[in-house]
Parts: sequence; C-alpha cells; structure tokens
Amino acid sequence: MRVEQIAVFLENRSGRLAEITSIIAENNINIRALSVADTADFGILRLIVDKVEEAEKALKEKGFTVGKTTVIAVEVPDRTGGLAEVLDCVQKIGLNVEYMYAFVNKTGENAVLIFRFDDMTMAIDSLQANGFTILESSQVYNL
Amino acid sequence: MFWDKNEQMAVDDLARLQLDRLQRTVGRVATHVPFYRNKFKEDKIDVESLARLDDIRRLPFTTKQDLRNNYPYGMFAVPLRDVVRIHSSSGTTGMATVVGYTQKDIDTWSNLIARILTAAGVSTHDVIQIAFGYGLFTGGFGLHYGAEKLGASVIPISSGNTRRQIQIMQDFKTTALVCTPSYALKIADVMMDQGINPNGLSLKFGLFGAEPWSEKMREEISDRLGILATDNYGLSEVMGPGVAGECQHCNGLHVNEDHFLMEILDPVSLEPVEPGEVGELVISTLTKEAFPVVRYRTRDLTRLLPEPCPCGRTFRRIERITGRTDDMLIIKGVNVFPTQIESILFDIEGTQPHYNLIIERESNEDQVTVMIEVVESIFFDEMKKQRTMVDHIKKRLAAELGVGVNVKLVEERSLERFNGKGARVIDKREI
Repeated sequence: MRVEQIAVFLENRSGRLAEITSIIAENNINIRALSVADTADFGILRLIVDKVEEAEKALKEKGFTVGKTTVIAVEVPDRTGGLAEVLDCVQKIGLNVEYMYAFVNKTGENAVLIFRFDDMTMAIDSLQANGFTILESSQVYNL
Repeated sequence: MFWDKNEQMAVDDLARLQLDRLQRTVGRVATHVPFYRNKFKEDKIDVESLARLDDIRRLPFTTKQDLRNNYPYGMFAVPLRDVVRIHSSSGTTGMATVVGYTQKDIDTWSNLIARILTAAGVSTHDVIQIAFGYGLFTGGFGLHYGAEKLGASVIPISSGNTRRQIQIMQDFKTTALVCTPSYALKIADVMMDQGINPNGLSLKFGLFGAEPWSEKMREEISDRLGILATDNYGLSEVMGPGVAGECQHCNGLHVNEDHFLMEILDPVSLEPVEPGEVGELVISTLTKEAFPVVRYRTRDLTRLLPEPCPCGRTFRRIERITGRTDDMLIIKGVNVFPTQIESILFDIEGTQPHYNLIIERESNEDQVTVMIEVVESIFFDEMKKQRTMVDHIKKRLAAELGVGVNVKLVEERSLERFNGKGARVIDKREI
C-alpha cells in the first residue's frame, strides 16, 4: 500500500532540476510523478520513479542529498469532483495532509493522488473503509 | 593510579604552593631576564608586592612576538653553561622561537610526562612506541624521557614510515602508542590496506597530542585501533608536552597546576571569563629555571571544566583545545569562534559539517550568514519540517554564540573546501 518516494534537496539555482532529470534519464529510470516545494532559498523535489534504489544511488553519487519516505497513492476517476471527494473524506476523518500532488495516468481514465499524511496507517485504513482505491506500489511504479 | 602525591593536593595547599612558586619565578625573571626587568619597570610593578595569586593580573603578558624579538637566547634566565637541552618551535607561522632546559627542568619535565602517562593508564609494564618526531620539536624527546622515568620500555621509533611502525608494533608487542591523532588514523588506514586486524596487536593505550582533534576522532581511533585514546597538551614555549593530560575518564585534561598557573581570559578585554566559558589559555610557569614565562598567551582556546573528576585528582581540567584566538571574529561586538559553530552543527547533524560563514556589513550593521551544506540527517521531504530545522539551527547558533545569524542551506559539495582552520570564514566587511 505504501509507495516509496525520493526527495532531493535543491538550491534555487538555474539548471539544477534539469541536471537531476538528466541523471535519472541516463540511468534509464522513468519518472512517474514529480512535485517541487520551494522557498526563496531552496526547494524540495519529490519524485516517484520506477527504480527507486537505482535513482537514489545515482543521485547520491552525483552529490545530491537524497531522502526516502513513503507516501500513498489514491486512485480516483478523472472527472469533475474526483479530488474533492477524497479531500472531503480526509477532512471528515481528521487526517492531516503534510503534502499532496496529483497526476493523470496514461489511459486518462483515472487520476492518481499522492498523499503524505502525518498518520499513514490511519489514513490507509480509513480511506479504504470509505471505499477509495489505494494503489499497490508496483502498480504505481509501472503506471 | 597516581604518579606523585601532588596530584591529590588539597586546593588550599595548592594555592599556597602556587603563590610561593609564582613569587619566586617573578623575582627570578625580574633579576635575570632583561625583557621582564624592563617591562616591570615600564609598568611600575614592584615584584615584592605579589601577595595573592590574583595579583598576577597586574603583571604584563608575554606573547609569541616577545619570544621572537629575543631570539635566540634573550629570554633565558640562566647562563648557557647551565642549559643542558635546547629545543625550538617549528617556525611555521613566523620566525622560530628557542627554548632551553636546565638539568632540573629536564627532571621536572620527565616527571610531568610520567604523571600524564600514568594517568592515561601506562605503567612500567608497558612497551611504548613514540612516533613523534625526535629533534628540535619537543614531542619526541619530551615523551621519551618521561616514559623512561616511568620505567616503561621505550621504542624511540620517531615519526614516519608507517609500514615500519606497524611492523615494529607487531614484532615488539607495543602496548602504548604516542603520536598525533591524525597519524593514529593513518596507521589504522595502512593496517586496513595491509589486511592487519588491530585486535591481533597488543596495543592498549594511545596518547595523542600536538594538534587539535575532536571527540569524533577519538571515537574513531578507539574503535579502529581498539585502544583507550587520551589527549595531552603542551607547547614548547611553556615546556612542551606535559602541561596537561587526560586521565582514563577521558573527560578533559588535568592541568599540572603545581607547575603551571593557568588563566582563561577573554582574548579582547584580557579579563577572566566566567568559569566554564571559552577563552584564551594563558600560562605562567612556576618552576622552570632556564626558560620561565609569565602570563604567556598561548592563543589556544579552551574552557575550564569546574566539576571535580571522579579519578580523585584535584588539578582542574580544561576542555580539549577548541580553536585558536587567531580565528576569532568580532561580530556586533561579540567574540565568535568558528569552532563553536562547528560543534553546534556537529551536535545537530551528527557529522562533521561543511559550512561557510559570511559576514557582511549593511547600513553599519554586521550581518552573519551561516551557509550549511545539507546532509541527510537535516533534510526532510516535508517543507514544514525543513523550515523548522532551519529555525532550530538558527536558534541554537544565536543562543550559543550570543549573536543572531541567518542560516542558509545549500547543496552538498557546493561550498569551497578550504585547508586549515578558520578559513571557512568569508569576511566581506569594509571597515
């Protein structure tokens, strides 16, 4: 149920993001989802890739600071209100969202929402209990 | 284990002994050393008026430059015929300084080294390998004579040739190693390359000095060589090694206070710092015959550790040397030592941090920015936690330095790597 995500520390300098994506590409790793959180000085890049270990190793070798965390991927139909339903449920349960980002899968039928909650176990249990589909990690890596 | 009874002297008795010895030293330098005679005269100091130890604060300081100005023999308090040994500092930071010893000085020195060796656990049963250079540098001969005085079996191998050091260590069954801490790590590296397991050696003790090191290095040396690693301190201008050394509790260095009077002073105001605060170590010799110094400014930074040590020695302890006054910065009028920043970051990160300190002056106000390379232990995927970490570092630095700083995180390996201490500071102030 849990998906591994890598996070990379990024200074706000031009070309840094391009550098990371080229390293990933050189190692034949596919990026499934990506988000950047930034401040005036620095940013945190979060990536979901098909080969987590390889990506982590390649980036570390090039001198990047890399962290690994787990997130969950919730699948919702790609239609109006899809996200709202999930967030509504999250709020009712009282879950705390640390961050989230979304992408639409290849077929375009479903959207995938990536969540990091403060209480991941409770999040998985209650989202499932409310009928939401949580993707297996292998499903996410191979999307 | 103690070498002599002075180590457990009652505090009052020690103070009396110190005063008596200080009065004699000051009297002798006033008579025999023109430098002091002139200085005392200039400052209108009546050497007979030293009634309490605190009166030392009326006496002038001695600096490295004073010693240089009197090169080579100007500071000697005895005629050369009474000098049996001459050593010299390396002169890497300027002109060399020359120091001399009478036979009695050598005896005192040997006893103080024997004391430090004993405190570190070494005894007459030990085989001690001295990998300090033998020569004008005080390290080799200083340790050598002291180890002989103690009755240990001395291997005077001197420095260098690491493979041979290891070979001898194995063949001669060395139990105690004397060298610089960085050389101990070098030995460990070469052993690893050669596939030698340090556990197969007879090594038990390592006595390290002559350069600054850290608690992390101690852990690494102890782990890798399987020894009890203790720190010792000295400087040739005062005597050489033997001024202070750690006991087996490894909790700071006991100063041989019956032979050296220490003061810890603010390097700018030259007033004593509060006990436990970092300041410059200033030493007056109490028993030296050939080369006595009064209030010698070591430029080494340390702090007093006022709590009594469980070992029972009454000599007070100082923390390992944490830096040099030469590195000190004055920011918004506050004395800041880069090494303080280092230890705070080490505390937070758990690793040797890479940082630069940038000082700028904007509208007549000093602005300090600490640029820190992010390592995994302080990196988070959540922005909230990341910013909290930055705030936390900022607060700790401000609290301990006594001056507010900006903190900026930068990518790993993005800061320039400097050689040498203090070089991490980029002072852009134009004053």
